[in-house]
Amino acid sequence: MPTFSLVHLEFLLVAAQWTIGLSIAAFVGGGLVGFVVALARISDLRLLRIAAMIYIQLVQGTPLLILLFVIYFGISLLGFNNLPALFAACAGLIVYSSGFLAEIWRGCIESVPKTQWQAAECLALTPWQRMVKVILPQAARIATAPTVGFLVQIVKNTSLASVVGFVELAQAGKLINNSIYEPFTVFMIVALIYFAICFPLSTWSRRLERKLNVGRR
Amino acid sequence: MSAVVSLSNVHKQFGALKVLDGVSFDVGRGEVAAIIGQSGSGKSTVLRCINALETIQQGTIDVCGHALHDAGLNRRALHLDVGIVFQSYNLFPHLTVEQNIMLAPVSVKSVPKKEARELAREVLARVGMEAKAENYPEQLSGGQQQRVAIARSLAMSPKLMLFDEVTSALDPQLTGEVLRVMEDLARGGMTMILVTHEMAFARKVASKIIYMHQGKVWETGSGEMLDQPKTPELRNFVGGVSSDQASASV
Repeated sequence: MPTFSLVHLEFLLVAAQWTIGLSIAAFVGGGLVGFVVALARISDLRLLRIAAMIYIQLVQGTPLLILLFVIYFGISLLGFNNLPALFAACAGLIVYSSGFLAEIWRGCIESVPKTQWQAAECLALTPWQRMVKVILPQAARIATAPTVGFLVQIVKNTSLASVVGFVELAQAGKLINNSIYEPFTVFMIVALIYFAICFPLSTWSRRLERKLNVGRR
Repeated sequence: MSAVVSLSNVHKQFGALKVLDGVSFDVGRGEVAAIIGQSGSGKSTVLRCINALETIQQGTIDVCGHALHDAGLNRRALHLDVGIVFQSYNLFPHLTVEQNIMLAPVSVKSVPKKEARELAREVLARVGMEAKAENYPEQLSGGQQQRVAIARSLAMSPKLMLFDEVTSALDPQLTGEVLRVMEDLARGGMTMILVTHEMAFARKVASKIIYMHQGKVWETGSGEMLDQPKTPELRNFVGGVSSDQASASV
């Protein structure tokens, strides 16, 4: 019977690249969608606010696993049978992270004091200028640490993409284990690789938090 | 003297609470009007109404040719004409002093960066803050921040400037430096309306003093009005103001 070898490690490392790729796609895509949803959430238009709130509640109230199933099978119902699992995995993760990032960022935008909006308005800045030049730079400072913190959650949750048949790090571990049956060794190494990706992120998040708290009164 | 600001029978309520109860007064070009009165008399609300930061339920307010009671009010055009300085400064903490001042001229009036920088230096010199152009607001004292806030407003060359208790958060020494800047402005012919607790300053600089009580204009007059109050309320207020100030500075 074969045992764990360099070939397996190489297979895991290649799969880890997919994990990182999925994470980046989820973060960038989710960030773009989440930003728009966050803006809608604080819009002056009631309808837009309510729509954004429903979206956030639906996404946050659904397990990612189910979200992935719904999207995967939903797509094939729509007649796209041959779409790769990668597509469903990305779409699911983007929807998931957009729901959370929208709410994190909404909170950050709203934590900038109302008086800053007022001061900007009294200088005759347009609503968009107020947002872009006065509010967002301040909100970004507050948002950095929680955003990086959430990035860690995204990395770990990409492991759920395996349920739609996408071979990323967790699924690769499962496949190797099926052939050599050394679960402890295999999953220990998988865990270490996840840790190696996430640890620098959490450290960075903590450092950012410390740095950004200094000088804030 | 044409009126820059004209309020007529202005009413405002927050829920059941009547804040302004038929306020009327005019402020002419180049005039300095000081609104005084106890906390809760509605004086800050009046000021915020003049800048359309609050809406009114009844009456008319005309400011620099803008009808504020009109639903079609162009708020941006109003804010181009009227500058306001707040008690809490409200500088933008992520920008340097110079950037704070350049932001509006560059974004709103499309002034080229280089000219805007010169403009910033010029208004900073007027408030004695040119040495701090590169600093961030949090590196400055309250008085310095307030002078920068005045400079930021000045850079937009407003026709009218509003000052909402701008020295209330400052100790006496810092208050002095801010008041000197305001006095210079008044001497330069700026039309100003200030809500203040500084009676001595109001008496010295204001051409018109408006005493508000219970949401009404109780008494109007020049500085002498404070020496010979006609109403018992103003007499009480002038007499009790020193103890008021002591508690306000805590």
